[in-house]
Amino acid sequence: MRLDGVAGGVHPIYDSARRPPRAIEEARGLWAYRNLVAELAIRDIKIRYKRSVLGVFWTMLAPLLNMVALTLVFSALLKTQIQNYPVYYLAGSLFWTFFSQTTSSTASHTQEANEMTKRIFIPRSVFVASAIAVGLVNLALSIVPMLLLLLVMGFPLHATWFFLPVGVVLLSLFSAGVSLILFTVASRFSDVREMYLVLVQTWFFLTPIVYHPAIIPPRLRFALWLNPMYYLIQTARRPIYDGLIPSAALLAAAAGVSVTALAIGWVYFSRHADQYAFES
Amino acid sequence: MTGQEREAGPGLDTLGRRSQRDGVRPTVIRLERVTLRYRVPRERIGSIKEYVIRKIKRLVFFDEIEALADFDLSVRPGETLGVIGRNGAGKSTLFKLIARVLYPSSGRVVVEGRIAPLLELGLGFHGELTGRENVMLQGALLGFSRREMRRRLPGIVAWSELAEFIDSPIRTYSSGMTARLAFAVATDVEPDILLVDEALAVGDERFQLKCRERIDAFRQAGKTVLLVSHDLTQIRENCRRTVWIHKGCLVRDGDSESVTAAYHAWSLTGSEIPPDPQASGSASG
Repeated sequence: MRLDGVAGGVHPIYDSARRPPRAIEEARGLWAYRNLVAELAIRDIKIRYKRSVLGVFWTMLAPLLNMVALTLVFSALLKTQIQNYPVYYLAGSLFWTFFSQTTSSTASHTQEANEMTKRIFIPRSVFVASAIAVGLVNLALSIVPMLLLLLVMGFPLHATWFFLPVGVVLLSLFSAGVSLILFTVASRFSDVREMYLVLVQTWFFLTPIVYHPAIIPPRLRFALWLNPMYYLIQTARRPIYDGLIPSAALLAAAAGVSVTALAIGWVYFSRHADQYAFES
Repeated sequence: MTGQEREAGPGLDTLGRRSQRDGVRPTVIRLERVTLRYRVPRERIGSIKEYVIRKIKRLVFFDEIEALADFDLSVRPGETLGVIGRNGAGKSTLFKLIARVLYPSSGRVVVEGRIAPLLELGLGFHGELTGRENVMLQGALLGFSRREMRRRLPGIVAWSELAEFIDSPIRTYSSGMTARLAFAVATDVEPDILLVDEALAVGDERFQLKCRERIDAFRQAGKTVLLVSHDLTQIRENCRRTVWIHKGCLVRDGDSESVTAAYHAWSLTGSEIPPDPQASGSASG
């Protein structure tokens, strides 16, 4: 079927007997409805910032407040060895927040998605894609206070910042993969979101964000290596905090986990896409 | 229902399918022996914890519901087809199959052309957004690009007569105004096929009149319209041909006068559906 003909005025033809493989069909659908991805993202951002006066500032302020609290705890009470702890923490937590926000926000869009796809045809992956888009905007906004912090602290603005987009792209792919799976399960079961919120909180503490990976005893290191978010956080944090470009091995691991997650998520998601209209 | 071909009007379908291969498009909508089965859990299990426990105890049961059974239908371009039947007969299911919201369990659905589903006017409207923003979002829901919608916006605003409110949030609109805007978007996008599911029962008289005019204009432009309604007068006025669906089966397909008359007679008396005088076999529900 030629969905792309829809906007161009070409006669689109739909034949239920000649559907391409689901994963390809879903990908084509997502492309054809890319404007919907943008519109949904714009809507979510507008609504979020229309409702509260603090709006944009809150997105910027929240990570800073967390940072202050954790800096007090870790620097003053626990006497951490990490230099410039606020920078270290922010450079990890911003990316974690992106991951946890986008994944859990897809899970809360399932009801809306069910309502819509029961009534008109839209590829369901638009909801996951728009959540990623919203997350990227929020991430960009929250980088502003980090830059201010760097200036205030006199922390060097490393030339390696240019490498940041690579980390963000890989992180987005991984988040998309996790979101796709989560979205599929949460569309069917309403308690999945709550369970995920608990899980993601635990996952946060298993990932070296408030602490340095070096404090993990060697016999427990395998837990780090099994954690995909470890590679992704390291990849994103290193150019900012250490002023280094991630090693080839680290990059390979980060790319490996994100592409794998996306591939698994995409196939799982599109395989179940047909049955949503029956559910709920 | 038996598997015989149910011809839509004299000789339409034979003609239709033959020239299909010659590259002409005599049918815009074609359903071939379509069956749609739902698997419905006997008890609604909404939580994954409960599901896992029940799965282990083997307590997950499903009922199978056949929403449409062995359904054949061909619609020609420019036809205005009435669809009647009781609630739950399968009318909405038919529309959803045509609109690609549901996929057939078996059989084949072919649709040629752009569809505007007037199934749910105002689906996806958000009260906090302005009329203009909602129009852009609606357009995107129908698969249109941003540029295309910018081009269409003035026409939509003009038709809906909401120019002075277009930049206010639509939570300040009355339900009639919302319906006007939604209808304007859904029909401005120049669909080839219009699916109308009693959507016109909203708004004031003037709006209803405008809707009718617009649908008439569609028909005159050779577009295809499918109309679901319980209002038999409306069906007779708008459609030459009507199909009657009962319990997922097509029981009548013919000119609106006779089909609505048969339906009306059946509604008054009750259970048994008399056999179709036009068909050779019997039509059981």
